[in-house]
Amino acid sequence: MSNIPSELKYASSHEWVRAEGDGVYTVGITEHAQELLGDMVFVELPEVGDEVDAGEDCAVAESVKAASDIYAPITGEVVAINEDLEDSPENVNNDAYGDGWLFKVKASDESELANLLDAEGYENTIDED
Amino acid sequence: MTSKTVLHAKHVEAGAKMVDFHGWEMPINYGSQIEEHNAVRTDAGMFDVSHMTIVDVKGADAKAFLRKLVANDVAKLEVPGKALYTGMLNEEGGVIDDLIIYFFSDTEYRLVVNSATREKDLAHIAKVAADFAVEITERPEFAMIAVQGPNAKEKTAKVLDDAQNAAVEGMKPFFGVQAGNLFIATTGYTGEAGYEIVVHNDDAADLWQKLLDAGVAPAGLGARDTLRLEAGMNLYGSDMDETVSPLAANMAWTIAWEPEDRDFIGREAVAKQRAEKSTHKLVGLVLESKGVLRGGSKVVVEGGEGIITSGTFSPTLGFSVALARVPRSTGETAQVEMRKKLVDVKVVKPCFVRNGKSVI
Repeated sequence: MSNIPSELKYASSHEWVRAEGDGVYTVGITEHAQELLGDMVFVELPEVGDEVDAGEDCAVAESVKAASDIYAPITGEVVAINEDLEDSPENVNNDAYGDGWLFKVKASDESELANLLDAEGYENTIDED
Repeated sequence: MTSKTVLHAKHVEAGAKMVDFHGWEMPINYGSQIEEHNAVRTDAGMFDVSHMTIVDVKGADAKAFLRKLVANDVAKLEVPGKALYTGMLNEEGGVIDDLIIYFFSDTEYRLVVNSATREKDLAHIAKVAADFAVEITERPEFAMIAVQGPNAKEKTAKVLDDAQNAAVEGMKPFFGVQAGNLFIATTGYTGEAGYEIVVHNDDAADLWQKLLDAGVAPAGLGARDTLRLEAGMNLYGSDMDETVSPLAANMAWTIAWEPEDRDFIGREAVAKQRAEKSTHKLVGLVLESKGVLRGGSKVVVEGGEGIITSGTFSPTLGFSVALARVPRSTGETAQVEMRKKLVDVKVVKPCFVRNGKSVI
């Protein structure tokens, strides 16, 4: 069974969201998602300053197996991206909730967080897969 | 209902992720496909290929039968143990399967065909064999382990007995020898040196464990695919099938046109295609920027269109490569439709890596 940290929020499209304070949220893909995709070879990230809408595809995780769109879980401005992934995309496989983070969003409407799943809710969605 | 090889428990023990591969439950990886790939390129890795079908052909007409059955000519084989890669064609010149034939004598050969095509292959072989004095015997009692990589032979030597080591001493590429309880061949599907070892089902798990103990890394079907693609080796069902001419699949070199009076199945159709230059050709594509070329993508070239038959990220090169079937007029560049955009790629010969080194 994959690791699903209870302090994070999740989208059913397999992104995780961590509150960093000041309305900033870190986004990555779950351990379950990286297991499905296999070894990551390229990660295409948005640019700092991009405005993203909740549900908008804004990044691509490309593995040995497939290219998979990553959707912004919340609306806001991209304030940081994980540039280490350029040279070390395998961080997404090895540390999905840590060094494998993708980008940070300054939320424009924090009430959107209520639309995301908690760990248990996300676990239920992947059990149905 | 999926079949399991006799090594299934060893895969599970090693933490393999198992998948359904044409009805066989096989390891796709043991954690990291790329690490397994690199192990084969830089050291030694092993694959369970027991799902492949071994067929022995014996009888007074064995040679005549195979000269009819396949496009390459087994009459070229004169030294016992020598192997031959070839296609088995239909009358329309399409590829029923690709296979390796080992020669023991004019009355005794061994064929290794693909697992996904087992049933139709056996049916076709039986049909053609009906006109010849040959006995066709499938050998499901054997498993097969491919040990590949620059250190594969050295590590395998540690698990062979003295007589077996003597038997494989100095064996050239593309040969096979029965040595004690093992049939050991210098063949493979990775572009590296190594062996393919046929072993009785009862002894397979023990051999696997000894190879593990000798430092050979288990590698799954995922790595097997990236390795063979880098080496420019075809995968049946992707790079060719019954609707594809061997001339459109970089298999022209596997067709023996001489002697002219040898009437192998499919000769007439392929000879016509060859004279008319009517088929597409198989080329290599290289994408040095980000992104991964994928099978099925459209390839746009001057004066026409083609298709990617296999594409992957190349762990050895660090960028994506592909095999593509394209019009003969294709020059040095092409464009591939990737995620709705046309991306420029280089066109090269369909071989990217040999013995650990780029050959682009």
